[in-house]
Amino acid sequence: MRLVLDPEQEELRATVRKVLADRAPGAAVRDAMDSADGFDRALWRTLGDLGVLGLVVPEAFGGAGAGNVERAVVLEELGAALTPSPFLASAVLATDVLLALDDVGAGGDRLPRLAAGDLIGTVAAAEDGIWDLAGGATTAAERDGRWELTGTKGPVLAGDSADLVLVYARTSGGPGWFAVEGGASGVTRTTLTGLDPTRRLARITFAGTSAHRLVCADPGAALETVTGRAAVALAAEQVGGMRRAMELTVDYAKARVQFGRPIGSYQAVKHGCADMYSAWELAQSVLRYAAWTADHDVAELPTAAALAQTYIGPAYFRTATDMVQFHGGVGYTWEHDAHLYYKRAKSSELLFGPPSAHRARLADQLQI
Amino acid sequence: MSGGSEMTEDYRARVRAWLAGNAPGPVAGLPPAEQLSEAKRFQAALYAAGFAGIAWPEEAGGQGLGTAEQQVFAEEAAAYELPTYPFIVNMGMCGPTLVDLGTPEQKRRHLPKLLSGEEIWCQLFSEPGAGSDVASLQARAVRDEDGWVVNGQKVWTTNAQWADFGALLARTDPDVPKHAGLTMFIVDMHAPGVTVRPLKDMSGKAPFNEVYLDDVRIPADAVIGEVGRGWQAAITMLGHERVSIGSARPSRGSALGFEAVLGLARRQGVTDVPAHRERLAGLYAHERALELFNARMRQEIQAGHPPGARGSVAKLAGALQLRRAIEAAGELAGAGAIAWEPGDRHGDDLALGINSAPASSIAGGTNEVQRSIIGERILGLPKEPQVDRDVPFRELKVGTQRTEDAR
Repeated sequence: MRLVLDPEQEELRATVRKVLADRAPGAAVRDAMDSADGFDRALWRTLGDLGVLGLVVPEAFGGAGAGNVERAVVLEELGAALTPSPFLASAVLATDVLLALDDVGAGGDRLPRLAAGDLIGTVAAAEDGIWDLAGGATTAAERDGRWELTGTKGPVLAGDSADLVLVYARTSGGPGWFAVEGGASGVTRTTLTGLDPTRRLARITFAGTSAHRLVCADPGAALETVTGRAAVALAAEQVGGMRRAMELTVDYAKARVQFGRPIGSYQAVKHGCADMYSAWELAQSVLRYAAWTADHDVAELPTAAALAQTYIGPAYFRTATDMVQFHGGVGYTWEHDAHLYYKRAKSSELLFGPPSAHRARLADQLQI
Repeated sequence: MSGGSEMTEDYRARVRAWLAGNAPGPVAGLPPAEQLSEAKRFQAALYAAGFAGIAWPEEAGGQGLGTAEQQVFAEEAAAYELPTYPFIVNMGMCGPTLVDLGTPEQKRRHLPKLLSGEEIWCQLFSEPGAGSDVASLQARAVRDEDGWVVNGQKVWTTNAQWADFGALLARTDPDVPKHAGLTMFIVDMHAPGVTVRPLKDMSGKAPFNEVYLDDVRIPADAVIGEVGRGWQAAITMLGHERVSIGSARPSRGSALGFEAVLGLARRQGVTDVPAHRERLAGLYAHERALELFNARMRQEIQAGHPPGARGSVAKLAGALQLRRAIEAAGELAGAGAIAWEPGDRHGDDLALGINSAPASSIAGGTNEVQRSIIGERILGLPKEPQVDRDVPFRELKVGTQRTEDAR
């Protein structure tokens, strides 16, 4: 088990960090979150050109042939910068579903475009936030050799802007995976109002929508692998957010003077910063293990994924809460970024189910 | 843990075979004197087999191997309850400090017997008036023609009841600021004027002592490092101590490790209660996160990046984990945690766990001290204003008394 990054992975981090610092500083985050798309398409194209959208995609499909460890490095930086983007939807969920299928045609056609950033994909599996292995209440039925979807999925990451929606739905013969064009007729997409203004979520309703069935021997197993990797990917975003929230708070504690000295010299604040740092160090360790597991030990992935979300989700929200707190009044203003970390942290903590669900899953994995 | 090289796997096999043939049974039931002789016998066997000081340099009597081998040994040893506790100060604190700062003569004289367990060491730093602020200590060493004469009182001294030698921090110059006037010495615990009194802790055991030093004579060549640089020597030792405490695995006998708490839940038959399942999973997650942090630190050390002050993160997290475990175990045990049949081992063990947990938050630097270290040394936050930093020690108030009372 490798818990430290190699020089190449550190270089990848530096590259992404620089691009985001140049192209997506705080003001750009605000512009993107207020824009119609909810993200910066030019930046998305740049990320595609850099090759970071296809890190886990094999070279034969136009990707980098790297793995979850490298992808986690990129996600840490995106999470640190709070960059609004469909990365989690497209470069994680949709990409991983296509990789988990036994459908070379489906992947060969789409993976290169996802990797390049030409195509934005997402996965519609959850209903009211529940990821049901049976496919939920959304059904797919075959009529005259064509499949039709009926039901409602949500919240769907980047569901409003995705060109390709991979739907997990129930059939008379068990669950299955289906592909639908985002703008196809019979698809109704409603952008939801979100707690986190930097992340777009939508409800998608299918009304007899014609869909392409994807070949997959065990759709449920594919879903489990995909949600496990997605939990690790989300954890990476969260760890990056923890780091930046801590750094910004420490910087402020050094600069802000009250009662004649920097507030960071007072133990109440200093010790709070130390707790933020400790939580980040431990979270980072859990993340490295989970990302390594996603690449090298798929049998242990469900445990690692549940561990990552159990530990890291609540830890990020504690850090973000303290970030607002230690900034005092200014931390409570709209102009300051503290609230964006706070909202991202709470929203992410619940994105793939509440902490209690992750703990319950971890208990199952540990055979408690 | 997977991913070991072929070399460490060979080493693991050797360690495993040796432990299987040589690990003694539990010593807990034996009378104290027999516990000690059993422990000494085992440490001597460890040394003879080349498993003492695994990562210490060969010229210091160690094996000259890496932290990987040391880790392999720790992992294999975790399956046993080895009686190594009389030597924790030898191996984790005084030994490594002598390796760093000892003269060739000191190393030659002390390290082999320290490693073999023939001689036991203790650390004489804390005093009634000098706890977190250990640099304000008052034990006084005065030079005479062929050495030093020491007077003072030390406290919380682990293993002093068995110790042959102590690493003593004493004030050699009260006319300079507190950090500048200290010197570290090797003191013979059998010398005239050394009195050791056991001190009972809140668990009812007496793992530490008060040590009185009355006109104790110390030879001139017993200085560790340099005269007046005792604080730097103490920092060296405290750094080793934190790493040693933080990376220690919860002992197999502890009732507060995850496996033990899970065992409690199973005995209570409540592992199907959702609230308890979640509680157990949460406890596991925090224990595992700390374990992974320690594993990551070891990999960084192997890659040439020393952990620096991050040993404080591990120590702090370990202490907080015990509080979490107490909460979980209490919820699971219920009435079983407040009263049990005389001699019921589970009841005794849990009570010992509950009652000894505060030691982890205090000994080796309190949680508050660890947080200040993290805040100042890692995050670079400004120190509290230090009103005593540049004042000659003689003019300071210390502890709950004035220094002049003790002079």
